[in-house]
Amino acid sequence: MAKMTLDELRKLREQSKSNINRRDTSENDIQIIVGTGTCGIAAGSKNVLNAFIDAVEAQKLEHITIRQTGCMGLCYVEPTVEVRVPGMPDTIYGKVDAAVAEKIVSEHILGKKLVEGHIFDRPAPDIMKN
Amino acid sequence: MPANIEVKINGNAVQVGRDSTILEAARLANINIPTLCAHPDLTPWAACGLCVVKVEGSPKQVRACATTVVAGQNYITHDPELQETRRTVLELILSNHPSECLKCARNTTCELQQLAADFGIREVPFTYNVKRLPVDDSTPSIILDPSKCVSCGRCALVCQQLQGVWALEFLNRGDDTRIAPAGGVLLNESPCIKCGQCSAHCPVGAIYEKDETAKLLAAIRDENLHVVVQIAPSVRAALGEMFDLPAGTLVTRKIYAALRKLGCDTVFDTNFSADLTIMEEGSELVARLSKGTGVLPQITSCCPAWTDYMEKYYSDMIPHFSTAKSPMMMQGAITKTYYAEQINKKAEEIYSVAIMPCTAKKYEITRSDDMCASGCQDVDLVLTTRELGRLIKSMGIDFVSLDEESADSPIGKYSGAATIFGNTGGVMEAAVRTAYKLVTGEELANVQVDAVRGMDGVRTGSVDFKGTEIKVAVAHGMVNVGSIMDEVRAARDKGEEPPYHFIEVMACRGGCIAGGGQPYNTDDAVRAKRIAAIYTDDEISEVRCSHQNPEIIEIYEKFLEKPLSDRAHKLLHTKYQPRPLYVK
Amino acid sequence: MAIKNYILVCGGTACESIKSDAIYQNLLEEAAAQGVAQDVQIVKTGCFGFCEKGPIVKVLPDENFYVQVNPGDAREIIAENIIKGRVVQRLAYKEEGKKEAAADEIGFYQKQYRIVLRNCGLIDPENIEEYIARDGYLALEKALFEMNPDTIIEELKTARLRGRGGAGFPVWMKWKTTREAESDTRYIICNADEGDPGAYMDRSTLEGDPHSILEAMTIAGYTVGAHLGIIYIRAEYPLAIKRLETAMAQAKSMGLLGQDILGSGFDFDIEIRLGAGAFVCGEETALIASVEGKRGMPTPKPPFPAVAGLWGKPTVINNVETWANIPVILTKGGEWFSSIGTADSSGTKVFALTGKINNSGLVEVPMGITLREIVFDIGGGIKDSKQFKAVQTGGPSGGVITSEFLDTPIDFGSLIAVGSMMGSGGMIVMDEDDCIVDVAKFYMEFCVDESCGKCSPCRIGTKKLHGILDKVTKGKGTLADLESMQKIGTAMKKAALCGLGQTAPNPILSTMKYFEKEYLEHINLGTCRAGKCKELVQYLINPEKCTGCTICARKCPSQCIAGTKKKPHVIDQALCIKCGDCLSNCKFGAISTY
Repeated sequence: MAKMTLDELRKLREQSKSNINRRDTSENDIQIIVGTGTCGIAAGSKNVLNAFIDAVEAQKLEHITIRQTGCMGLCYVEPTVEVRVPGMPDTIYGKVDAAVAEKIVSEHILGKKLVEGHIFDRPAPDIMKN
Repeated sequence: MPANIEVKINGNAVQVGRDSTILEAARLANINIPTLCAHPDLTPWAACGLCVVKVEGSPKQVRACATTVVAGQNYITHDPELQETRRTVLELILSNHPSECLKCARNTTCELQQLAADFGIREVPFTYNVKRLPVDDSTPSIILDPSKCVSCGRCALVCQQLQGVWALEFLNRGDDTRIAPAGGVLLNESPCIKCGQCSAHCPVGAIYEKDETAKLLAAIRDENLHVVVQIAPSVRAALGEMFDLPAGTLVTRKIYAALRKLGCDTVFDTNFSADLTIMEEGSELVARLSKGTGVLPQITSCCPAWTDYMEKYYSDMIPHFSTAKSPMMMQGAITKTYYAEQINKKAEEIYSVAIMPCTAKKYEITRSDDMCASGCQDVDLVLTTRELGRLIKSMGIDFVSLDEESADSPIGKYSGAATIFGNTGGVMEAAVRTAYKLVTGEELANVQVDAVRGMDGVRTGSVDFKGTEIKVAVAHGMVNVGSIMDEVRAARDKGEEPPYHFIEVMACRGGCIAGGGQPYNTDDAVRAKRIAAIYTDDEISEVRCSHQNPEIIEIYEKFLEKPLSDRAHKLLHTKYQPRPLYVK
Repeated sequence: MAIKNYILVCGGTACESIKSDAIYQNLLEEAAAQGVAQDVQIVKTGCFGFCEKGPIVKVLPDENFYVQVNPGDAREIIAENIIKGRVVQRLAYKEEGKKEAAADEIGFYQKQYRIVLRNCGLIDPENIEEYIARDGYLALEKALFEMNPDTIIEELKTARLRGRGGAGFPVWMKWKTTREAESDTRYIICNADEGDPGAYMDRSTLEGDPHSILEAMTIAGYTVGAHLGIIYIRAEYPLAIKRLETAMAQAKSMGLLGQDILGSGFDFDIEIRLGAGAFVCGEETALIASVEGKRGMPTPKPPFPAVAGLWGKPTVINNVETWANIPVILTKGGEWFSSIGTADSSGTKVFALTGKINNSGLVEVPMGITLREIVFDIGGGIKDSKQFKAVQTGGPSGGVITSEFLDTPIDFGSLIAVGSMMGSGGMIVMDEDDCIVDVAKFYMEFCVDESCGKCSPCRIGTKKLHGILDKVTKGKGTLADLESMQKIGTAMKKAALCGLGQTAPNPILSTMKYFEKEYLEHINLGTCRAGKCKELVQYLINPEKCTGCTICARKCPSQCIAGTKKKPHVIDQALCIKCGDCLSNCKFGAISTY
């Protein structure tokens, strides 16, 4: 007996897609995505992850998701973090440490301004969006 | 049998089996492709890199040893480009090999030396880099000198694939690769069964038998010692090869003559004690069959490599082992008691020497206290066929032109049943000939027992003892014994009838005729010729069954009383004990 | 008042040196002057690549990408783009041959194209739902319910996907051979034994997108009729292993792995086998031996694993990057895939770009891109504005590509034609400070360590080659040594048993071909132009420049510099240990190397 049927998988996919869509478009939902591949971790991304959690707690911010992802390929500027704030361009920060993480929370998320000197370009377009 | 296909070797058509390698096809076409690692006994290991050839139309060089032929293809085995590759590879191998040919155990028989000679290597253009590693002479049988190893892998493959022993393994990597027991322990601390197949397959002088010829000369020189020598069944079918006689030439009587020329005082034949073994072992079998004394099946124990293997890998089978000693050990015990009495010597005044096809025999003579049944060591020295051949040469004896002589009495005569101990199935056949008589009281009409002859690794069959079916199995090549032992174990554990009554095991493929101490270059073709010689020796024998040997009848009348008597037990039987695979 | 636009000014070293700072200042002033200071934030960013076209300015959210911007262009950017919302066509990056910059194609200027890494850096690798949301397991769905083994193989054939492990064997042929080989059992293996020095493409893929590998292997299992897949991964990749295990557990609990997958009746399971990190175990026959519990040593081919692989059964073995391509090929179609890349090689290739390059990292590019584009447009050029010397591809099996081949399109065939090879994707950039003999020696040392020791050409050859290179780097080489290296190298190529040994001489043969002069300098002149070979470097004090300040003598750890105060000093060459402390401490430029 199959654990999941084809229809169930399709439903799950639609639901997951709309969940992500909502997260991406909702006014409130802010995402902080920390790269935690081996390269990121070696460069200190675990500390960065903790710094974000602390900063978000300290500022008593809500509707913020902090999550992890794999390597973006920007090894020369690890740790890397992507910040998605509704109404602002999705931004990739590199060479992030605990201090930069605090700055990102206070300036980017609260102040709606990009943080100088740490912005990097997403390396390639997303083929799944076409 | 797959049909033959046609391929071309250097443009010349040759018919070969579908599964043949290019190397085999070339040999059929009488083209010799150099190789250091390929051996007909082994699956291709493809290590040395010398056998590269080209397929016409492709610039690639492929290994002839490991590449299966494709119908219609033309293989270029020799051209200047291939020779250049081979020469460079050979030079690389030589640059890591000690240039000590004069002092090497394989001087003049070394395959690398021959290649260097054929290629006319006068200098090696690369930096010499010979690793000096400690020599392992921990066993009484073989010496491992890793400095000379060319990492061809033959020894390890023989040890693992043919013998199932796994004493030898590849250690380390790259330039540090060496072949030795796992964990770097000494051979004597490893599962090694001393069969010596590694030494028989090594192309160079990296593994060789312990040479003890000097001990024989010293004993001959010692006026206080009476030197008595015995020769094993299979030696007579192989020694001639060392004097350029064709494989399979029987040289029994020339060996007797040569031993006398060397200065041995008395020349006996192990075959006498092969008959004695049959009397004891056959009686033991009959006792197990008819009186229920002891478990079935009974398993032969005359191969010391097999008993060592059994004590390490199948120690739960000890009760199945025949307690009868090997013919060599029986001969030694009888020599130092029965014969010593007759010539009024004490046991210690006799120096007992055995010429054997086997390196494990060097181990067997001290394997337990039972090997001193006469009060001192029953066999003082074992020389392999190869050692004897060299000794005869060094003593200036022209072996081929020797007159034929006979063995001495009273323990030198043998039956045809004894001589076939030298090959797989022979002990079984000899036992059947006598057991039939012991069980039925009648002589076997046709003494040739085809059911147990042949070269299959495992052969099973049954013999009709006038209405009683005796189920037998024969295994040779140590790796083949596993399936039979597993069958016996399974039946035992389930409480079922044993699948066999009698099992013969010989450690080496083909039996003793291809033992680890026999002349080099043994393959199945050579094995077949030696076996044929042994069967011929049987056929031309005056008596064909052990119990008919007049000297056997005499020794029981005069000395041993009857098979399995108290004296027989004391002198001719032994015990076994479990041994660990690794000592440490 | 909310910010509407963001202007990103490249603050990479290359751009900064050509006035990106002035652009930044001008933009700030213009924004203020034109009254939009509150609407726009102007920020300096890290390097965008394209350094040859710098300075770069990018305007968000429109993604307008301006190249070769001058400080004087600030006025127009503010006036046109920020106020009027129009692209400044004059400055916009255009693809070669195009007049207009592409409109709303985000990232149109980017040279990278991510198929393999499509999910890396985007999804949470430990959350299967994020994978599913990005069409994960859609390919498996298609394979099981809309396609059959023949149409799947046909799709791969249309895609022209070649194995990404190094040799580039067509994937569809492997699968077809395995499917058609007579056997009751077949296996699937994922080769995750990534071993080239400096290569980590597979690790990142597994860490960032583990489900794509599981999905692909399951599809292969269905196609060839296998029910067990094995991922052979080196134990040094603990995070990748953990994420694979997490992914496998999720897939199993959801019925995407295991029995009766999605009710199709097809069963497939995957197991992980850890490797001990031997380079040779990346060679497929050695890998299979290792999985079987044997010593990792190659066996002769044929038989190929597709006919007789794991436990002697037909086995599909592909590497991580190859597997990662499979699901997209099925969802987007082989036709789509084959439209990317070149006639020789379709799709993309992931490279680990390292060495003397500004933007080191993982890059995925369409086949056919030139090395120049990778090094200069993506990689941001050579560090510290040094001179490009060569790129090493293919790791210890590959060769160097010199500046004359910078415009060679990268695909399997072209790289072989210039004496290198694709390899698994290591790409190491060298500059003028790298000694080519030293580089060759580095790779040979690796091969000496990693040779399994089975076949004599490799076991002995690597050691001899390394010994000769060592002599050359110490100034003790001879012209005969060069001949010896050719001779050994040629014999190894012909007679070594596996790919490792056959290709191990490549770094030497290729550097000897393209940099013969440097070898000859080491041998004939006893000099190393890069100053890497310490034994060949001489530190000399120019008596005309030396002021006799004594600092060098005081800093010298071997006390080999003599001289009295205010008089020129002298270095005793016999005692000098070539540490270079004198050179770095001299304030008068009096010390130089020869």
